[in-house]
Amino acid sequence: MEFLRPGSWEEALAAKAEHPAAVPVAGGTDVMVEINFDRRRPEYLLDLNRIGDLYEWETGEDEVRLGASVPYARIMEELRAELPGLALAAHTVGSPQIRNRGSVGGNLGAASPAGDSHPPLLAAGARVEAESVRGTRLIPAEEFYTGVKRNALAPDELIRAVRIARADGPQQFSKVGTRNAMVIAVCAFSLALHPRSRTVRTGIGSAAPTPVRARAAEDFLAAALEEGGHWESGRPVPPSAARRFAELAAGACNPIDDVRGSARYRRHAVAVMARRTLGWTWEAYRAGGREHRCA
Amino acid sequence: MRVNFTVNGRPQQADDVWEGESLLYVLRERLGLPGSKNACEQGECGSCTVRLDGLPVCACLVAAGQAEGREVVTVEGLAEHARRRAAGDGTTARAPAGTSLDEARRWTPAPGGPGAQALSPVQQAFVDAGAVQCGFCTPGLLVAADELIERNPEPSDADIREALSGNLCRCTGYETILDAVRLAAARAGEAG
Amino acid sequence: MATARTPAGLAHGTHGGVGESAPRPDGTLKVTGEFAYASDLWHEDMLWGVTLRSPHAHARILSADVSAALATPGVYAVLTHADLPAATRYGLEIQDTPVLADGVVRYHGEPVALVAADHPETARRAAARIRIAYEELPVVHDEESATAPGAPVLHPGRDDDHAVHVAHPNIVHRQPVVRGDVAAARARADVVVSGDYEVGMQDQAFLGPESGLAVPAGDGGVDLYIATQWLHADLRQIAPVLGLPEDKVRMTLSGVGGAFGGREDLSMQAHACLLALRTGRPVKMVYNRFESFFGHVHRHPARLHYEHGASRDGQLLYVQARIVLDGGAYASSSPAVVGNAASLAVGPYVVDHVDVEALALYTNNPPCGAMRGFGAVQACFAYEAQMDRLAERLGLDPVEFRQRNAMAQGAVMPTGQVVDAPAPVAELLRRVKARPMPPGRPWETAGGAPDVRALPGGLSNTTHGEGVVRGVGYAVGIKNVGFSEGFDDYSTARVRLEAVAGQPVATVHTAMAEVGQGGVTVHAQIARTELGVTQVVLQPADTRVGSAGSTSASRQTYVTGGAVLHACRAVREEVFALGRARLGAYHPAWAHAELLLEGGKVTTEAGEVLADLADVLEDEVIEVEREWRHRPTEPFDLRTGQGDGHVQYSFAAHRAVVDVDTELGLVKVVELACAQDVGKAVNPLAVTGQIQGGTVQGLGLAVMEEIVVSADGLVRNPSFTDYLIPTVLDTPAIPVDVLELADEHAPYGLRGAGEAPTLSSTPAVVAAIRAATGLALKRVPVRPEHLTGT
Repeated sequence: MEFLRPGSWEEALAAKAEHPAAVPVAGGTDVMVEINFDRRRPEYLLDLNRIGDLYEWETGEDEVRLGASVPYARIMEELRAELPGLALAAHTVGSPQIRNRGSVGGNLGAASPAGDSHPPLLAAGARVEAESVRGTRLIPAEEFYTGVKRNALAPDELIRAVRIARADGPQQFSKVGTRNAMVIAVCAFSLALHPRSRTVRTGIGSAAPTPVRARAAEDFLAAALEEGGHWESGRPVPPSAARRFAELAAGACNPIDDVRGSARYRRHAVAVMARRTLGWTWEAYRAGGREHRCA
Repeated sequence: MRVNFTVNGRPQQADDVWEGESLLYVLRERLGLPGSKNACEQGECGSCTVRLDGLPVCACLVAAGQAEGREVVTVEGLAEHARRRAAGDGTTARAPAGTSLDEARRWTPAPGGPGAQALSPVQQAFVDAGAVQCGFCTPGLLVAADELIERNPEPSDADIREALSGNLCRCTGYETILDAVRLAAARAGEAG
Repeated sequence: MATARTPAGLAHGTHGGVGESAPRPDGTLKVTGEFAYASDLWHEDMLWGVTLRSPHAHARILSADVSAALATPGVYAVLTHADLPAATRYGLEIQDTPVLADGVVRYHGEPVALVAADHPETARRAAARIRIAYEELPVVHDEESATAPGAPVLHPGRDDDHAVHVAHPNIVHRQPVVRGDVAAARARADVVVSGDYEVGMQDQAFLGPESGLAVPAGDGGVDLYIATQWLHADLRQIAPVLGLPEDKVRMTLSGVGGAFGGREDLSMQAHACLLALRTGRPVKMVYNRFESFFGHVHRHPARLHYEHGASRDGQLLYVQARIVLDGGAYASSSPAVVGNAASLAVGPYVVDHVDVEALALYTNNPPCGAMRGFGAVQACFAYEAQMDRLAERLGLDPVEFRQRNAMAQGAVMPTGQVVDAPAPVAELLRRVKARPMPPGRPWETAGGAPDVRALPGGLSNTTHGEGVVRGVGYAVGIKNVGFSEGFDDYSTARVRLEAVAGQPVATVHTAMAEVGQGGVTVHAQIARTELGVTQVVLQPADTRVGSAGSTSASRQTYVTGGAVLHACRAVREEVFALGRARLGAYHPAWAHAELLLEGGKVTTEAGEVLADLADVLEDEVIEVEREWRHRPTEPFDLRTGQGDGHVQYSFAAHRAVVDVDTELGLVKVVELACAQDVGKAVNPLAVTGQIQGGTVQGLGLAVMEEIVVSADGLVRNPSFTDYLIPTVLDTPAIPVDVLELADEHAPYGLRGAGEAPTLSSTPAVVAAIRAATGLALKRVPVRPEHLTGT
């Protein structure tokens, strides 16, 4: 094993180009577990800790460009207004110690269906900034996850940042685990209201081979809100519509039975979380989130 | 490979480090600082919690090479860390902290136990409150609890629970650990 | 010269006698990081040992090729079964466990080969190069498959004591307990409730992984520094494996990071010694968490069928029960677990007509043995569920129904044994019930936003109060203390008293394994109280002194505490004799008065000081070694289960208050109050710590802890990512009410305290969840799937 310590982003890209099999390690919260438990022996470890740029973010008018290594602890504390869904998800990651090290870039790199940041990225709308010595490309989150623990990165690419749409309405995140802290998701759900475009977006974690959006549920709800004039009136979402939204969200799942939970439970729980997060976000929208319309 | 970093205010160098080694392994097996514990090596128990440039992290998940040039505080340096903080000395200059194996071996029994006068408030509170049984979780809990009180001198019970939610204890049921953190915070409040 | 550090010997008395919350003598070392646990040991030139384990639950080993491993630079030894020098099997009760697999592997993770190398990674890579050819065999995984016609017999040719009385060679041991006339009682019963219950496989999950350091000695022997629960039981098993006499295997206890039963069996002890003797170098072995799940036995999973009958006025008439425990591939302590399950199957109730059978199976599942509660935990979950159902059928309050049937001193157990010490079962229930209820909706805040940390799901933000229903449940349990069924359960203590620099100093030496429970604190307290000294030095626990028995069965304060007490009293008598000889002429009280040792002085009962202890001692060193035994027990009759099988009984009751998210099936335990009789709280702070810790292990079994084993015998969750134990956000406030009703047969009247709280915690939590959901919940751990019908 060789330990590569690039001092700059350019050096990191060069190292990755030279050693495409190199495994990037930032917070180490996934990679080191695999090494400690003898499940993985990469030829090269590519340490990204020395690259300061990766720990910074820029807040633009429409999006936040979040450095790949910004730890969850900072997201949950400092980006609550801009990225409320992701901030909520960040707060559910592992433990305080893990949140001081783990990052969205790591979550994307590992591409586990259970990664906590995927659902809010899908719900908010995000593009992964992948870079190599060949250049930069922006991969929409929906296209980034290609299979269980597989992603769209080319062997020579590294994740530089994630460009996440700034919230224009309330967002929520919920995750089920069989413990009240420090759990890997049995399943997770994120919902973002987008009053500006009068759309809603969702993200589901750990209930399919990859993180997915519940598009039918989104379309249904957007139509129901539109038809009912809810965006203007702020009237509560009719329970029948909320139920249908929840059913459609569950329908978007393609879960498995595993040691963490049954497929049936996962579908059921996603439906419950969809209904609840809809209630919470809509309540927030009614209570003041509607200002976002003219923001 | 060679790794240089600062532990408890003292520059340290480790040679012939295998690239897959963790910071925890280097501390325990190469630097003679076994205080940070190896309970799970997967970031689930917090027994190896150390401060890395001030932040509590699981030393088992930091690749040894990632510690290069950085500052680490372990349970062995906690008392000195607390003393410096109390003295308003924010710097992390060299300090004779930590306990080498040789030092540990040279230690001889004395009434009141070793370093009885030298414990940090949170260490003393853990002893006083009965928060220590087998003690394997204790070093990590101490580092996490000390950092909590540093950040939040008057934590609510929910704050304490959240801050310590990454530190598993199998013996105590956590009640005496909560007592200890409350006690340490209260004493710090009185002293302040 | 580099030597292994050991923590004991550093332990030095501070203050506090019997009945005081004396601080731990090892507390300061443990908070400074200086306390040396087994995994912290280090020796110059030491090698690292690793274990190659079976990937199959049942397979024949066709061949083993270690040549590539041996050829790896940095590797010093590779051992398989063929390399074993002497005995090839060991075991706590039955020597059925191969040191290294002998032609067949019988469970997933069974040790097959060992490697010693100069770096753990080198050893791991070499182990990966060992080529074992396996032929998979059919797997036996439950009662049906184990006793089916033609089932593979896992241990052919058994010659152990139980082989002759079991109906099938895949049954380790079977114990019936029969009393009265169940058929007649059934005919009289107004209400009959029957049910099938299941308890999953719980892990001790001690935090300090299995570790030790073996150092070869010049005399051909070996010094082993080890984390264990019972040095002498290890020694008895290791020495024959090494082909050495016991005096050439010297064992010293190193720091132990928890045990809870999981260190009663050998793990890497013999392996490290074999590698050290083979290489002539010190060898350290440290399991990681993954390996630890394969490295020790677990709590027996159980299937239990119960039938209870009661009269209309709420009197229990009979209990019929069948308890099937899965012992896994090797016997471990299964026979004793069976004895406990059978004899305690009815719970702390008076029942005249009983027909119980308990048995343990050999299967290809992970071996199971001792864990806190030892056979009584599984039964308690089932009988307490039955008690709630009976109360409901009878229209009685569940606590009142239990109190009507609660045993008290003088009651007769189903084994015929008379409970001849206080048994305040009804009072314990009364106390937990009388506690004020915790406030409802604890998540509501002044600001309006819910504090999710107080809700089911916690930080995962699954509910803001929707679907949350509160439930309250009660349970009570009975646990035996000490080793039972005629076992010679003794302990040994050596106590020395001398004057050092004009001050009397007591030194206590036992082989008791301090695993966190605070035995060292208690020993110092006893010495202070009995000898009137302040300074007590605790010698390292090792095999240079006689056996202390196991740190299990809630027995150490009782038995080793008793040995220390009696050794101290013998020392005291020698002090008085010395005083009479030296100073008797100066004061008539030496000859005639009742003498005491207090505050470093010899006094009369009236308080008159006769002499400073140091002046009596001068240069004399008084040293006494005592073996001490509790009252003998007797085996249970193999046909009827009758017999005075237990030493002492211990009781605890819990009230659980839970909030359940009934839609998502998530549980937040809000409060878990416990009342327990400890006879005498020798150290009240430590007793409370035992009760709270035991309570939370019971909570874990109720709602999250289970080793999941697939039908083909493979462990599916050997990690702390998927074997979940409670975090501080899962544990509630645990108010503890300690009763001290003395047991006149025990030292200071004390009652072993460590296990009882683990029993009743689980059924209390599940009863509370049932109350919140209306579901039957016949299996633990309760999973979200069970609560949501998914």
